[in-house]
Amino acid sequence: MAQHLNFEALLERAAPPKELPAPTLALSHLDTLWLQVTGTLCNLACLHCFISCGPKNHNHEMMTLESVQDALNWARDHGVKEFYFTGGEPFMHPQIKEMILAALEHGPLNILTNGILIDESMAAWLGEVFRTSRYNLDLRVSLDGTTPEENDAIRGRKTYEKIFGGIDRLWAHGVNPVITVTTCHADLAAEDGRRRFYEVVRARGLSQPRLKFLSPFKIGREEHRAGGYEAHERLVEGDLIPGQEDALQCSSCRMVTAKGVYPCPILIEVDEALMGASLDDALVDIKLDHPACYTCHVEGVTCRT
Amino acid sequence: MPNLTDTTIAVFGGVYNNYLSLEATLAHARQSGASALYCLGDLGGFGPHPDRSIAQLRDQHDIHVMQGNYDHSLGNRLGDCACGYTDPRDNYFAQLSYDYTFANTSEHHKDWLRDLPTGFRHRWAGKEVLMAHGSPRRINEFLWESTTPDGFLEHLLASRNIDALFITHTGIPWMRRLDSGRLVVNVGAIGRPANNGLTTVDYVLVELQGDTLDASLQAIPYDHERLASEMRAEGLPEEFVETVLTGYWTTCTEVLPARERARGKY
Ligand code: SF4
Ligand code: SF4
Repeated sequence: MAQHLNFEALLERAAPPKELPAPTLALSHLDTLWLQVTGTLCNLACLHCFISCGPKNHNHEMMTLESVQDALNWARDHGVKEFYFTGGEPFMHPQIKEMILAALEHGPLNILTNGILIDESMAAWLGEVFRTSRYNLDLRVSLDGTTPEENDAIRGRKTYEKIFGGIDRLWAHGVNPVITVTTCHADLAAEDGRRRFYEVVRARGLSQPRLKFLSPFKIGREEHRAGGYEAHERLVEGDLIPGQEDALQCSSCRMVTAKGVYPCPILIEVDEALMGASLDDALVDIKLDHPACYTCHVEGVTCRT
Repeated sequence: MPNLTDTTIAVFGGVYNNYLSLEATLAHARQSGASALYCLGDLGGFGPHPDRSIAQLRDQHDIHVMQGNYDHSLGNRLGDCACGYTDPRDNYFAQLSYDYTFANTSEHHKDWLRDLPTGFRHRWAGKEVLMAHGSPRRINEFLWESTTPDGFLEHLLASRNIDALFITHTGIPWMRRLDSGRLVVNVGAIGRPANNGLTTVDYVLVELQGDTLDASLQAIPYDHERLASEMRAEGLPEEFVETVLTGYWTTCTEVLPARERARGKY
């Protein structure tokens, strides 16, 4: 698990921070293409959202169907392995169905959603697409507690039941979503916390529970909720162990939004992280100079399923 | 590189200590006229008596064995199989079978596992052929049928100048001829059924004729009831025995994509 940590370098840096430059990271191959299909627009405004998404955040607008198709065609020609749709809330997009079908023509698709807008007819449609598409369709639904109190404190009033409503409908139509838990409550990440989640999901009738646990990033709205990064929480040259760079998802991913291309799904509100207007501009090395990079490295976080 | 043609070759992987299905596979391959047999790794885990399958594979003039991630862990005496599941239940079962395999594999067999090669490259029927455990890029990369797109495979093979790629690691077989004519074959596993409700196990026969290379999946029956009773006698968990008897995976299902998982029961 912690194999990729260079403990010696980390220990040395427990001493007063030195003025070392941030490490650079090359793109080994673009395996994972993220598409911010609904920009920063979301039907919720969760307290821990690391990109401050919400009903009124137009920082990144929705992508057009054409721009999504352009990115998918580029990806096919460049040997991309998988696609991720995220937002905001992807199911707010009026053309989400067309986008889903377009992606699945070229490769497997993961959709990150809060599940609330997946009504009966959408769940039935997704079930049909799941069974008939050439490549795998995976849904990832976010839930942040094993009880309404725990979850709703972060995701908003009554969201626990609404989210589970979406999960139940998907399951009833043959789609088994991955339930994603952001471990804001530290005990959720520990073995007991994880076991509790598996039990709650099984008890709900999902006999094949799939879960993913993600550490929170201390940026966006989460920064206001739980505080930001300390000055020493930064990566500097020497922190990455040569040969183990691929532990970081940005060695093999890029994120496309209506504004352009970013290294990863985490930094889309960091203006300096914008790499250019097109994917061709984004195949160059990146600088891991953002404090969020520290979380990726130390916690071994990847946004992939 | 010399060119080999007009013969039959067997390719298999994922033995998982199942020495009975290994015996059946080797017999089937030799009866089918295989002049060479390639094992793509992962000899341990799951089944009983690890030394028995290793003994069948070592020092055979016609068998070539590659190292899988499990073999790497055992050979280097690591503490676990490095699968790192999220579900504590999966980790429990993974550790249990690793500890059993570790305790029951002789030291000289571990040394042999440690020193195995990690890939084979050949010229067959005029084609560039690569065999790898997970993928040509990484020993532990999963190439599932439903999550491995054509565009990616074309790129992967073209960038390494490969016409035909053989892999294992996932435990579920599939085969695809790409638009370019390139061939990708996941040979599945012979140690455990493919989560499809059948008790047979899978491997691949490759036919070389002139300048054509064709592959076909083979489903092999074996005495799975005997394996089940030997697993019980060894104290291996009933969950593993159920897989042998039903053809459905019961543990460590987390790695399965939704599509491949939906075919199973757990
Ligand atoms: S965490 Fe997800 S559901 Fe919540 S506001 Fe952010 S994008 Fe929306
Ligand atoms: S935040 Fe994480 S994924 Fe993004 S550039 Fe930094 S290390 Fe890479």
